Amino acid sequence: MKQPESTASQVKGSVIDIRPFKVTIPQSELDELKRRILATRFPERETVNDISQGIQLSTIEELAKFWANEYDWRKVETKLNSYPNFLTEINGVDIHFIHARSNHENARPILLAHGWPGTIIEHLKIIDPLINPTAYGGNESDAFHVVLPSFPGYGFSGKPTTTGWDPGQIAVAWATLMNRLGYDRYFLHGTDWGAITVDLLAAQFPENIIGLHSNMPGVVPDNIHQASATGAPVPAGLTQEEQRAYEQLSKAYKNVHYAYYLASRPQALAGLIDSPIGLAAFLLDPITALFYPPATELFQNADNEKPDARLFSVYDEGLSRNDLLDIITLFWFTKSGVSASRIYWENKFPFFTPKGVKVPTAVSVFPGELYQAPKSWSEQAYPNLVYYRQEEKGAHFPSWERPQRIIDALRTGFRTLR
Amino acid sequence: MTTANKIRRSLFGGVLVAGSLLLGTVSNAQTAAADTAIRPFKVQIAESELADLKQRIIATRWTEKETVNDHSQGVPSKTVHELATYWATKYDWRKTEARLNRYPHFLTKIDGVDIHYVHVRSKEKNALPIILTHGWPGSFIELMKLIDPLTNPVAYGGKPEDAFDVVIPSMPGYGFSGKPTTTGWNPDRIAKAYVTLMKRLGYKKFLAQGGDWGSVIVDIMAVQSPNDLLGIHTNMPGAIPADIDKSAFAGAPAPSGLTPDERHAYDQVSVTYKNVYYAFFMGSRPQTLTGLADSPVGLATFLLDHDPRSMALITRTFAGQKEGLTKDDVLDNVSLYWFTNTAISAARLYWENKSNYFSPKGVTVPVAVSAFPDELYQTPRSWAEKAYPNLIYYNKLEKGGHFAAWEQPEIFTQELRNSFRSLRK
Repeated sequence: MKQPESTASQVKGSVIDIRPFKVTIPQSELDELKRRILATRFPERETVNDISQGIQLSTIEELAKFWANEYDWRKVETKLNSYPNFLTEINGVDIHFIHARSNHENARPILLAHGWPGTIIEHLKIIDPLINPTAYGGNESDAFHVVLPSFPGYGFSGKPTTTGWDPGQIAVAWATLMNRLGYDRYFLHGTDWGAITVDLLAAQFPENIIGLHSNMPGVVPDNIHQASATGAPVPAGLTQEEQRAYEQLSKAYKNVHYAYYLASRPQALAGLIDSPIGLAAFLLDPITALFYPPATELFQNADNEKPDARLFSVYDEGLSRNDLLDIITLFWFTKSGVSASRIYWENKFPFFTPKGVKVPTAVSVFPGELYQAPKSWSEQAYPNLVYYRQEEKGAHFPSWERPQRIIDALRTGFRTLR
Repeated sequence: MTTANKIRRSLFGGVLVAGSLLLGTVSNAQTAAADTAIRPFKVQIAESELADLKQRIIATRWTEKETVNDHSQGVPSKTVHELATYWATKYDWRKTEARLNRYPHFLTKIDGVDIHYVHVRSKEKNALPIILTHGWPGSFIELMKLIDPLTNPVAYGGKPEDAFDVVIPSMPGYGFSGKPTTTGWNPDRIAKAYVTLMKRLGYKKFLAQGGDWGSVIVDIMAVQSPNDLLGIHTNMPGAIPADIDKSAFAGAPAPSGLTPDERHAYDQVSVTYKNVYYAFFMGSRPQTLTGLADSPVGLATFLLDHDPRSMALITRTFAGQKEGLTKDDVLDNVSLYWFTNTAISAARLYWENKSNYFSPKGVTVPVAVSAFPDELYQTPRSWAEKAYPNLIYYNKLEKGGHFAAWEQPEIFTQELRNSFRSLRK
């Protein structure tokens, strides 16, 4: 693939620092995965008829069958390799990234930051429309150069061997990466942990940031955030919208035991590296239980047997079995079940509080997100709020599940900043 | 079809019908009896299971080393590697099995679930019956070392009048007990089942001893059936005043007015609450831990971490230390979880539980407390006296932790002898 600009930026950065990379999982690994899935020793069925004890046995059995017999990793591998992939060492760790340049002259650079358990795959669907807007319902002036890095410990990035890789250090690594690519001024978009890292990056290096878009914004006032995490009753004086957000947060904090566990004992989950089905259940549970309740029928409904059938049909675009297994399989091949968890152990930042962002900010509010950021709080947290939109559908992984809406938000939200 | 064949077939069919009628009658009769039937049980893991375990351990796909040089991210990978090597090459389950089978095991159905238990009567007259109740991530195995010294005290430094008849059950969903298929098996229901078990064995009045979940259960047994319980012994007492417990849970600074012992206990339990996220996870999503059924090393890693002190005490044998548990001890327990595929069924107890772990349950029967220094908190006498108005024995030990019976069986035996001496006539 011809990428002249990319080569130029390498020269501007440091040629030896940036190495091309290709995703090539050996066939033996694929065979071994299949062997392990077929050899799975399952637990007994749950004692309830719903998801209240976690991923149901019938779901995971169906997933196993589909994963072993139907799923095709080579498809997503090809998709990943349709973009230029690179490795570059930052602060002692190899950072993997996709760098997809637009052919349009006035394209602006944007860094897309993923989260857990999203991986770069959650942003894969938006690359083409961002770099090539005219082929996807946009104008030339909507074009972006896309930089999509894997977090340290995730996917094809290296695994840190020392402590310190918290969201703050990762934010600095993103700035280093953009600088190394020759981008002095760029846009940011983040989800989940990615949202926290781009907030921190924008707060620390405002001169480099043209604008930031977040669909998990950090806007909850400190005292309210604190109260919601401890399950205190709703503080007085909140608007209706704020009160709803507060209740959503309180509920979220009661349902993220996986996060507390990862924060406390990442190493205890060694089984996630050894058991593909154990990994799948662990990753699938928060996705389905927290954000996409219709997925109770994920691997159980016969209508969904077509690999690309859109699930979660209450959302108009949704996710397919392949979408989910792409992420799970990436975790498997890169053995990152434990290393990806360690960011929870490292993190000291409150998830949803303002991080001091002063740059122009765009906020998309999806109804299925952990909480729906009220406009009032968003204006306080982001004094330069240039865009705020409440979406009708969608949840925590919008660029994976509703790519059209995120593309529209990035185009519309940033239009005035170009 | 020839006539002869027809006849044969009809005869055969007739016999079958008669047979199934007969069986039906018998099984109906048995159903009534079966509710209380006691069936002998032997531990017999198939050779193929042993081979499969070994194969899986050897094929383990490993995680990278933790980024710290301590236990703060969980059991260190070096320890897990040591464990796996020993498990696959040196550990001998058959030895354990033979040792377990030296004692009589039984199954009996209680409230719809098979309860497995070991039952050993003492030869001494006037032996007191006692039910010893385990917790998580333990099993009946953690209590097996107590059987000989308790039932045959004279051979183990005691006197004939120190003797006990010993019953050690496996909780539902644990070890060789059945796995509940419906909800409701919380500590209250287990407590009821244990009282039923002791009655079924012919014990009108008996003692109960517990650690971890077992402590919660014996407290509840005492509250539910005060007339059946001669007394209880606990090494994880429910004795923290409710407001103090709440404040420790919330991570608040120590309340004022605590004695030094109370303050020490408060600090310990505060640390505990910050290190038992596995418990909250199992309490909310037990089924999501399905990998524990599929990966022996994953299972071992998970089970070795109960709380920071226990993790240190359980894993030190893999660093070559001699005190306390042996590698075989640790792997006996982990192997039991593996062979019985009980990681998830055992975890479900956390999901079922609504009881508070450490606060007083309203026990009025005689209570003996052994306060071990490395327990989740070392119960101060002041709190024990308040929680258990009929406190007949209290002792603060110099060594021992959350799995004291397993790790320090001699001290523990002596504690049980001393605890109940005053109740013997």
